[in-house]
Amino acid sequence: MTGAPLPEPAASPTATEEGVPSTARPPQPRWRQTLVLLARNPTAAVAGTVLLLIVLTAVFDEAIAPTGPNEIAVEDRLQPPSLAHPFGTDDLGRDILSRVILGAAVSLRVGFLAVTFALVVGALIGLLAGYYGRWVDDVLMRFMDILFAFPAVLLAIAVLAVRGPGAGNTALAIGIVYVPVFARVTRASVLGVREDVYVRASRSVGASDWRLLTRHVLPNAAPPIIVQTSISLAFAVLAEAALSFLGLGTQPPNPSWGLMLAEGRGFIDLAWWLAFFPGMAIFLTVLCFNLLGDGLRDVLDPRQRTLMAGSGR
Amino acid sequence: MTDLPQRPTAHAAGVPASDVPASQVPASDVLVSARGLEVHFPVRAGGALRRATGVLRAVDGVDLDIRRGETLGLVGESGCGKSTLGNALLRLVEPTGGTVTFDGTDVTGLDRRALRALRRRAGMVFQDPFASLDPRRTVRQTVSEPLEVHGLRSGRRERAERVAELLELVGLDPAVADRYPHEFSGGQRQRVGIARALAGEPDFLVCDEAIASLDVSVQAQVLNLLRRLQRQLGLTLLFISHDLSAVRYVSDRIAVMYLGRVVEVGPASAVGSDPQMPYTQALLSAVPVPHPSLERTRQRIVLRGDVPSPAAVPSGCRFRTRCPYAFEPCPDVDPALQPVGAPGQLAACHLHGVVGRPVERAEEAVPAAE
Repeated sequence: MTGAPLPEPAASPTATEEGVPSTARPPQPRWRQTLVLLARNPTAAVAGTVLLLIVLTAVFDEAIAPTGPNEIAVEDRLQPPSLAHPFGTDDLGRDILSRVILGAAVSLRVGFLAVTFALVVGALIGLLAGYYGRWVDDVLMRFMDILFAFPAVLLAIAVLAVRGPGAGNTALAIGIVYVPVFARVTRASVLGVREDVYVRASRSVGASDWRLLTRHVLPNAAPPIIVQTSISLAFAVLAEAALSFLGLGTQPPNPSWGLMLAEGRGFIDLAWWLAFFPGMAIFLTVLCFNLLGDGLRDVLDPRQRTLMAGSGR
Repeated sequence: MTDLPQRPTAHAAGVPASDVPASQVPASDVLVSARGLEVHFPVRAGGALRRATGVLRAVDGVDLDIRRGETLGLVGESGCGKSTLGNALLRLVEPTGGTVTFDGTDVTGLDRRALRALRRRAGMVFQDPFASLDPRRTVRQTVSEPLEVHGLRSGRRERAERVAELLELVGLDPAVADRYPHEFSGGQRQRVGIARALAGEPDFLVCDEAIASLDVSVQAQVLNLLRRLQRQLGLTLLFISHDLSAVRYVSDRIAVMYLGRVVEVGPASAVGSDPQMPYTQALLSAVPVPHPSLERTRQRIVLRGDVPSPAAVPSGCRFRTRCPYAFEPCPDVDPALQPVGAPGQLAACHLHGVVGRPVERAEEAVPAAE
């Protein structure tokens, strides 16, 4: 009752049943695909370009700024925007355009440092909690819940109260606040990927936990984490402004958008430009990070990928 | 219920039970062997405490020998524990009881390093080729992973050569090595999966429903590929499938699983044409015959009811709740595999004589004492 042997279809060892054309085409790396897709999304493309300009401004701040940050010219104080001072001058006669440009470096540096810290620590915790599960998950995530339970600003103030104000400590304080966010996002993503068959397949050929985590789990769990990074950068810039506004972040006379906002507050009815331009800078940066984050969320969606793959590029 | 096909004669009850099953083949011919293998999963209640409220017996006391160089087909309904058994043999799922021996070594106690060595000698081909390849890695990266993990070919050139060799072996153009899985069809992806499984030059390959998610036309091609590879490389194959025709086509021997237990095993021709266990008979009667007049006379044994939950396995013979021949000893004695029918054929059924371990039942006295 054994079935009659089916004929071996093709003698040639390179029989391809549905025939993908065998002309080899160089593969397109994922990050380039992502960039191409992102460029097709007008909102995200504009946001990304503006952000790039802001970052370049921050990097080359001293070359771009017309004057130094703390050049006081008492005779020119509280000048409204003019050709000489496009953003006007503050109560000490300092050029606001220069201070906004130099403040970009301070605000963005703190933002990047904070998010980097939160990303590295949070993603590691989320990775371990999601992958190993059981008591590792319980212990790590309960600890994250405790951190999460504190109001963000309160927690940051507590950290700064212990460690003293300053750019580095501000970044650390904001970073600690965002660690649980990254831990949760990473854990949720890892939980989904961990059960995928290709992870088990990789284990079946003898791959170590470390290899599984770094080569398979993390790359496949990355998209939500990338989106979270972009959005967290917006919040971190905002948090730096808030802490500086409260006098806990950047210390005068160093320029920072939040600090300038706080200093300009007292003159708001006399000279609106003191608070307006740093406020606009914060607004623009935060908006762009958010829009870029939204664009990335769309682009990194696997279904979008499939659509793109199906359209033959 | 239809008429009964060649009903085996029931022997007298009361044969003493034996705990150790008779060895199925001489030990030296056996590559992989399971004895009393169990995989039990705790069933947990919801809520914060996650208390264990029961036990799901996915694999529940399996005795099985796989001979060197043979293809053993493993059949059974969905949820009978076929896949869990395949995974447990490779320790991709941790057995909770019993032993697995691979080429003479007990693998249930292996440490991390020894387990990695086992992973080189035993591979797995998975069911869904759309899920079993990492979408972010090229075919080359996927196929060369075992080489990297085991340090088999050092150097880019050597690895590239080996990858090309493997792709050719499974019938793919080596020029496609740098493509991503989404650029391939199901059958081609499965070939990539097979190439990955073969990269470490394994002796033993578990094919877990390896053709179930492919188009019918492609199934035959992959089936033939597996047969060719098995002959060419001298592989030992465990072919897990619910497709009886496919299993009969590729297998030297067939094992039938029901509710976590192997209930019949033997040469493919014997199990396929003269099954000794009522469950196997019912299973075979469900296979269509590709001949119109024979098909018309085919008599189906339609089983009553559903498969019991593996979380509540019936006492004694686990098939008794659906068996058309169930009689007195069935609820009380857990049947062991015993030689019946053709040489090398084993079945766990009291119709061939009551052999097995008496079940302890709380209220009643156990009829057959040890």
